[in-house]
Amino acid sequence: MTDMDDEEPLLIAQGLTKWYGRQLGCRDVSLDLYEGEVMAVVGESGSGKTTLLQLLSAQLEATAGRVLYRMRDGVTRDLSILGEAERRFLARTDWGYVHQEPTLGLRMMVSAGANVGERLMAVGWRHYGKIRGAATNWLERVELDPARIDDTPQTYSGGMRQRLQIARNLVTHPRLVLMDEPTGGLDVSVQARLLDLLRGLVADLKLSAVIVTHDLAVARLLSDRIMVMKGGEVIETGLTDQVLDDPCKPYTQLLVASILPP
Amino acid sequence: MPVVIELSGVAKNFIMHLQGGVRLSVVADVAFAVKAGECVVLDGPSGVGKSSVLKMIFGSYRCDRGQILVHRGAQHIDVADAAPRRILGLRRDAIAYVSQFLRAVPRVPAIDVVAEPLVINGAVRDAARKRAGELLRRLNIPAPLWELPPATFSGGEQQRVNVARGLLPERPILLLDEPTASLDAANCAVVMDLIAEKKRRGTAIVAVVHDPNVRNRIADRVIDLTKFRAAA
Repeated sequence: MTDMDDEEPLLIAQGLTKWYGRQLGCRDVSLDLYEGEVMAVVGESGSGKTTLLQLLSAQLEATAGRVLYRMRDGVTRDLSILGEAERRFLARTDWGYVHQEPTLGLRMMVSAGANVGERLMAVGWRHYGKIRGAATNWLERVELDPARIDDTPQTYSGGMRQRLQIARNLVTHPRLVLMDEPTGGLDVSVQARLLDLLRGLVADLKLSAVIVTHDLAVARLLSDRIMVMKGGEVIETGLTDQVLDDPCKPYTQLLVASILPP
Repeated sequence: MPVVIELSGVAKNFIMHLQGGVRLSVVADVAFAVKAGECVVLDGPSGVGKSSVLKMIFGSYRCDRGQILVHRGAQHIDVADAAPRRILGLRRDAIAYVSQFLRAVPRVPAIDVVAEPLVINGAVRDAARKRAGELLRRLNIPAPLWELPPATFSGGEQQRVNVARGLLPERPILLLDEPTASLDAANCAVVMDLIAEKKRRGTAIVAVVHDPNVRNRIADRVIDLTKFRAAA
């Protein structure tokens, strides 16, 4: 920990604001995310969580504020100044984006193997055998039967699709993964298995991640830090156990008090 | 021995917004220091804020006023004011904490719950599990239980898993919240031996223990928290 002072954040957001016409998406959101940190963004529907995630990944253009990212060469750059081609390259290689709805993150008409292999081809892999080998390996890592590698995700269950989406995202060893309600809409038993998988992967790969969730149990399990949002604004931040065990703001206290005891 | 932890002017209040903004003043102006190899026991009746002080040192409760300095060689970190990742850094390599009740990640085997602090610090998983097993054996947790998640264990077994997890890594600071509360005499004796070994190796310990026998055995100093009571 001695060189902690020298370390630069991987991702910096400064004063991010998004208006959809007269409708506020989010207002004045700032954060620093360091390598290996997992931040959960919690809050109810419409609180601006997904807007924030899309701003962070440059899928949306901010009305005000900016996002900085430390590239693999160590230089921190403003994403809005990067060219479209550079941003897309980052998105395909150094970032992952896990949608709540796996059909948004997968190509449903091509095989599972191709879904995973496509990201490798984007970083220059050409050897078919190696791509297939890597895809097989990743299917196993996310506990999918490699015998299903040639099937399309249309034939997969919801939980399997979500695991395939995760494999597709992680195969290029991204440094930053953004997840939007990754366990939303799944049965509780499937959700539990997926959470165990995500927890293991995040720890093993030392991923930095921003996880949007309305489920405080998911935040407790996966995150180091929490940001609480309401009505498009950040109302409380802190270490995960600080926010959940010692919530300060009225809304956070209400959220925490609303959890059913295990 | 050098001072490792130093609290001064520490205050903690809770404001309960859902109960009409009731303000609970827990402690005010808490000040004490702990040296390496010393065990300080916090004393006072239930609700006086003993666990809250431990949690503030660990950083899981926020500190409203004052300083909580952790000295590590040339580094002096104020937990009350430190950035989140600095506190995470302290938890990774400086502070171990045995909470009053085990709060383990669901579905993780007991032996991995215990080994995790070593693995986080870069130990090889098999080696960490081996050491975790040795400590669980010493704490009389039967080997057939090691591969099971502790959620179904008895209260005493869970507490011993919790103690093992907190005591396995060698950290300069150890926080103990009622580590022996639900243990029988034999297991209580094992835990007291383990604590004594930590002290000999220079660990600075802050503990909350009600049992007078345990307290007499481990405490170098007892601090009565009632004298830091906030004015009502």
